[in-house]
Amino acid sequence: MATATKSPTPTVMRQGKVVPWLYLLPALIVMTVFILYPLVNTVGLSFSNKDGTASAATTCTEGQPCWGVFENYRYALTAELDMKDTQSIWSSFWVSSYGNMIKWLLVMVTGTVGIGLIFAVLVDRIKQEALAKSIIFMPMAISFVGAGVIWKFVYNFGTSQVQTGLLNAIVTSLGFQPVAWLSKIPLNTLMLIVVGIWMWTGFCMTLLSSAIKSIPEEIIEAARMDGAKNFDIFTRVQVPIIAPTIVVVITTMVINVMKLFDIVYVMTGGNFGTNVIATRMYTEMYTNSQYGRGTAIAVILVLFILPFIVMNIRRFKKQEAER
Amino acid sequence: MNITGTIHPAAQKNPAKGRKLRNVGTTIGIVIILIVWLVPTIGLLVTSFRPVALINTTGWWTALDVNNGPASSQNLDPDATYGDKLKTRFTIDNYVDALTGYRGSGTYRQACASGTKPLGMNCDLSDLLNPRGMGRAFVNSLIVTIPSTILPIIIGLFAAYAFAWMDFKGRYVIFALLVGLQVVPIQMTLVPVLRMFAGMGINGTFPAVWLFHTGFGLPYAIYMLRNSMSSLPKELFESAYLDGAGHWQIFTKIVLPLTTPAIASLAIFQFLWVWNDLLVSLVFLGGQKPVMTYQISNMVTSLGAGWHLLTAAAFLSMLLPMIVFFALQKYFVRGMMSGAVKG
Repeated sequence: MATATKSPTPTVMRQGKVVPWLYLLPALIVMTVFILYPLVNTVGLSFSNKDGTASAATTCTEGQPCWGVFENYRYALTAELDMKDTQSIWSSFWVSSYGNMIKWLLVMVTGTVGIGLIFAVLVDRIKQEALAKSIIFMPMAISFVGAGVIWKFVYNFGTSQVQTGLLNAIVTSLGFQPVAWLSKIPLNTLMLIVVGIWMWTGFCMTLLSSAIKSIPEEIIEAARMDGAKNFDIFTRVQVPIIAPTIVVVITTMVINVMKLFDIVYVMTGGNFGTNVIATRMYTEMYTNSQYGRGTAIAVILVLFILPFIVMNIRRFKKQEAER
Repeated sequence: MNITGTIHPAAQKNPAKGRKLRNVGTTIGIVIILIVWLVPTIGLLVTSFRPVALINTTGWWTALDVNNGPASSQNLDPDATYGDKLKTRFTIDNYVDALTGYRGSGTYRQACASGTKPLGMNCDLSDLLNPRGMGRAFVNSLIVTIPSTILPIIIGLFAAYAFAWMDFKGRYVIFALLVGLQVVPIQMTLVPVLRMFAGMGINGTFPAVWLFHTGFGLPYAIYMLRNSMSSLPKELFESAYLDGAGHWQIFTKIVLPLTTPAIASLAIFQFLWVWNDLLVSLVFLGGQKPVMTYQISNMVTSLGAGWHLLTAAAFLSMLLPMIVFFALQKYFVRGMMSGAVKG
């Protein structure tokens, strides 16, 4: 830990052993009570029965598969799967919360980072840059609930001949049958992801845009002198230079997507095969009062996120070393 | 999470942006993306001002076409001008009904004008605080948000100062742990805290939410404030120290004023985050002290409320964040740069 010695603390300033802890104490207490203790407790609960009074092994039923003390994890991992044969496992996996998470990760991360990157580059060349950017960015300021209402209205499936939802109005005016966007599997998950992309592209765009602006003008000019067109400059100059930022944005988005709850909860409630990990956990905890199962799902979620937590700390260490 | 390592602050302001290319393809591409981004919100806004009969029978994009829809929502006077006709096709009733929580078959204003007061209402300003309405939910949201924004910042300032300018054992390790805590999903902590609050008997009260948001907001708050504080020049501290100032004076007289921009960014962030949060309010407050996001999600999931109430309520809930966002965008973006969004 050579970095620790590179502290910014002025050497002349000395304080007693107690003073720093007085400054830290309130924060440490609050964080211990509301983050650290619950973390440990959650792991404990995930090995218990539904209200934490006995071991999870006691919830096993005769003649059914049982993982003993890991019973809640068995439930969390396999309850959504149809175990008849390989085919049914495969098809049920893709509408389970895990399958959906993979869809979310693939489509939403690609969508937000891709559109954000393209827009950041395009908008760099026009005069009304600030206005255009704040329009893309605006959904970040509103709640997922508000966004859910906005998009539920776009996806609205009319009951009679009238389509008051924008998307179905477009579809019917083109001569097709209206579509129940939010209940048709697997279309509905894709439709929810669109909402996510709408909300988070501004975030990616802003970070990527400022990275693009930090590229010295001379490099772009030099490339242009060599006869590079806009597209070549984009793929061969700008993208490689901002690659580290792209990686940061992608990891941030991956974490955000894995924790995602509100959009699904508001728009479909996790019905019609749209459950994600967070909504499923919510259902187990609050609708079914199955604390053991709910916390097991939460622990699984953290295990998925863990590599990114480690990456975060590594990057922090690197930054500190460079200070 | 910090990305300043890849962005040179000086390069962010680049006045010498020599060429602003005017390229037709670029412009078309941008305009298409902008339309896709704007239209859903415009649809919501337009719909929220339309009478319920029209919302259910015609699309919002036909709002300016005065001749469609059921006769009841039309001005049938043959001499009526376009402007007169248009007037009957827009209304603020949706907002009045949403604010007061009116759920009858007509509108709140009709019901009150007819003399028969709607159930549980007084037809005066006190109806704005009706527990079912968005007016009351707005107040509740404010009560939740303001302390939940101030508390983590105050506690965080002290801790950030210690991390930035004091020397103590374990400083680096604790701070690295804190960086990791930023990405812990909120779901991991809900159940134990809920049980703890149940033991204390404060479930369904405002302090429960304040405490939870404070705990969860702290890692990010400390991280961001500490980054801002440690970028102050070392000499400042040394000369103040040689002049006889202690940590307390340096903290209050020098560091706090110089950290104001970072505090502003953080405040906006935490404010928006708490204001827009659904999960925490859902779990700890539920229907006892409904906040705006809770009321709306309730209206969405229960079949009772129609689009006219839902669109108005949704727009009401966006009003404050939008104002904050457009007025203080500079700080918002800066805050985002110095740490990724949590959740």
